[in-house]
Amino acid sequence: MSEFTMEIDGVSLPLDEDGFLQEPDLWNEKVAQAFAAPEGIEGELTEEHWNVINYLREYYLKNQIAPMIRRLCKETGCNIKKIYELFPSGPAKGACKLAGLPKPTGCV
Amino acid sequence: MAELPATPLLDDLEKGPWPSFVTEIKNAALHKDSCKDLLGQLERSYREKIGHWKHGGIVGVLGYGGGVIGRYSDLPKEFPGIAHFHTLRINQPSGWFYTSKALRDICDLWEEHGSGLTNMHGSTGDIILLGTTTDELEPTFKALTDVGFDIGGSGSDVRTPSCCVGPARCEWACYDTLKVCYQLTMDYQDEIHRPMFPYKFKFKMSGCPNDCVASIARSDMSIIGTWRDDIQQDDAAVKEYADKGLNIQRDVVGNCPGQCMEWDGEKLTIDNDLCRRCMHCINAMPKALAPGKDRGATILLGSKAPIVEGALLSSVLIPFLKIDNEEDFKDLQALVEEIWEVWGEEGKNRERVGEFIQRVGMANFLEAIGLEPVAEMVAHPRENPYVFYNQGDDEEEDK
Repeated sequence: MSEFTMEIDGVSLPLDEDGFLQEPDLWNEKVAQAFAAPEGIEGELTEEHWNVINYLREYYLKNQIAPMIRRLCKETGCNIKKIYELFPSGPAKGACKLAGLPKPTGCV
Repeated sequence: MAELPATPLLDDLEKGPWPSFVTEIKNAALHKDSCKDLLGQLERSYREKIGHWKHGGIVGVLGYGGGVIGRYSDLPKEFPGIAHFHTLRINQPSGWFYTSKALRDICDLWEEHGSGLTNMHGSTGDIILLGTTTDELEPTFKALTDVGFDIGGSGSDVRTPSCCVGPARCEWACYDTLKVCYQLTMDYQDEIHRPMFPYKFKFKMSGCPNDCVASIARSDMSIIGTWRDDIQQDDAAVKEYADKGLNIQRDVVGNCPGQCMEWDGEKLTIDNDLCRRCMHCINAMPKALAPGKDRGATILLGSKAPIVEGALLSSVLIPFLKIDNEEDFKDLQALVEEIWEVWGEEGKNRERVGEFIQRVGMANFLEAIGLEPVAEMVAHPRENPYVFYNQGDDEEEDK
């Protein structure tokens, strides 16, 4: 059992230390909304947010990996600035987290 | 405060006349619990020969996708002080010129918000602030911007550009490295802070072929100063070196990779057409020789350390470019942006531009970025990687 969890509708969701969902199957729209405020998004998620979130989820479920950011921008029609306006903590830390993807790996 | 942990292995690293990071961490540990745990974990890593930092970690500040590197101990129960121990990269000033106030400001805010440990500087060139918790990231960012600093790059973005001291302190600088570094930093703020490349992209600027920031080995785009006229030569000063005991034949002429000079005991003769711009003779006799007066830079592309593929050095893309004015600089930027477009579109995830060129082939790459191939696009001076050349071919033709 993970030491970090989040409770949604009585279900306890295990998170990693950066707050990413550990089991993408447990994701639902309420989870996305619950992740929003800590990632700097005020209020209800808008259609523009869902557009990005849904694209990320579909891509992930199909490919088991997050898309490259350039592709995300192209396919959603949001340029990088728009992505950061929607998700102030960025596409990896913000958008992927809301979409219920496990933490994107990358080399720093 | 409890005593410092016993660290017999680390203590070994305090021996000898040189500075020791162990001593510095011990000093910091006197008033920071996190540094005490850092000592404990590091000693344990040395003992077990296992690193105890977890891989990865995504943390950051709002609005930025890079510059903060998540670090978590995999032994948080034993070492709670470093359960989070994130690193921040801070954009250094061009050529690392600071006022003492600026350094004090950084140290003070880092004592307040983090471990107090710094690394001046990391191999990216940035100021590295080592060790803080997730909660302290935004306050640190605020405190940094209040004293005029900004976070640098990390991840798949433009890394904080870095340059040698250039014309600020060095008469050999063939272009204004500080200015180019500053301009690239300012113009590519989006690319530095919001990663969207296949992988990292580094710029390093060296004012002359001595390449003091090792740009040829450590940056995707290496901008290295050079000249295209003759080495400036003061014969009287050359003679003075000889009179004072420098063995010019052995130590200067004998070490010239282009074998382009002769010394008759009185006068040094340089065949500048054969000069490879290696700087050796200039370094050996700085009062007598200097780079020529028609100065500019060579643009090289593609170096990287080994991760996905082996290590690469940058190779020549533009043999000579003046970077003295706005127009020149715009030419450089147009080229850079063209490269980003092609590599961004076609590059695979985590593929550096040098690896990309290897995969698609230099000819295809040049065509895609719209650059005409020229004979000077070489990996090494006086070699042509695209044409096989056998010694003796020349002689055949001469007959």
